[in-house]
Amino acid sequence: MIADTLILIFLAIGLVFNALGVIGLLRFPDVYTRLHASTKATTFGSIFLFLGVVVFAISQYLGTSDSQYLMVITHTIIAMFALAITNAAGSHAIARAAHRNGQKPQQAVVDKLAEAGL
Amino acid sequence: MIPFFVTAFVAFLFYLVLVVGSGSVLFWSTEEITAGVIIGLVTGILCRKIFCKSEDYRMLNPVRLIQIIFYLCGPFLVELTKANFDVAYRVITGRIRPGIIRLRSGMKSPLAMTMLAHSITLTPGTLSVDVDEKTHDLFIHVIHLDEGVEKKEALEAKEVFSYMDIPKWIRRIAE
Amino acid sequence: MIDIFGITALLVILIAFGALVRLVIGPTVPDRVVAVDTINTLTVAVMILLGVVYQQYIFIDVAIVYALLSFISTLYVAKYIGGEL
Repeated sequence: MIADTLILIFLAIGLVFNALGVIGLLRFPDVYTRLHASTKATTFGSIFLFLGVVVFAISQYLGTSDSQYLMVITHTIIAMFALAITNAAGSHAIARAAHRNGQKPQQAVVDKLAEAGL
Repeated sequence: MIPFFVTAFVAFLFYLVLVVGSGSVLFWSTEEITAGVIIGLVTGILCRKIFCKSEDYRMLNPVRLIQIIFYLCGPFLVELTKANFDVAYRVITGRIRPGIIRLRSGMKSPLAMTMLAHSITLTPGTLSVDVDEKTHDLFIHVIHLDEGVEKKEALEAKEVFSYMDIPKWIRRIAE
Repeated sequence: MIDIFGITALLVILIAFGALVRLVIGPTVPDRVVAVDTINTLTVAVMILLGVVYQQYIFIDVAIVYALLSFISTLYVAKYIGGEL
């Protein structure tokens, strides 16, 4: 019963943050601010969706002690870490490439990187 | 010799994590453990030069590895949660004042720079864009600059984090 | 309980269509890369949820491999538009 409530809460949080990430992606003015929204919010939302799956698998494992649920738990946690690390590195790569491609940050008050001229 | 053992051991551990729940010796079957040993040895022979490039073995210290886990569960999680509520607020209100600023990292080793850049990307309102290889400075995009910050030449690393002193943790782990 | 995971997967797919809008209209190439990256993240989440819904836990392994491959493709596209390839 506690597990069910916990799963519902986790899935709801995950859905809300994923939706906010996509709304930010549609709403913000330039590529850097869009990266802010998409990277942070979808990483956080997906982590919560995965936590919902992990809680489900733990409750099933405690109920049935079927060892395939153990595999579900570890593999979901591995996917969680892979997603968190690769999202951060990927957003870093996109931001750097966008700046080298000549995208100006819109509404920006300062651009020290263009002044440094790297 | 150390790169071979480290790579083989990490590959073996990773294989064991992937096949957990296959049998009765703790959680694994004898066949899977044998396969893991063979795969670990082959990986160690083939990939030791790829995974262990530097001659710097201080990350083998178990104290540092345990500190990474504490760092991920404590300060990093707090900042990640705050970052997401910050982004949610910016998405809903649309109140932004972006800019790219220079950040003095004060880190020397590549691993510490990587950890700092990742932490910056996943913490409130900041996104690392580029790195100055000579001075170890980072260029970060900030979604909401406070008034007057854009006049400064550069920021210190801990000024972009709110509650926790993340650079101190990273320096303790990786330097 | 399983139904809730199915409904969540459906909603995540609907959210991914929002990112598809940015992929179609997005004025510059980096905008489109950001949209593709978002869709990849959501796809990984949907795969894991569907693995629970259909009781096919091999989907989770597929999701891990998909996450790593999408990361590599993002890196290569970023290198290309940054003019370093």
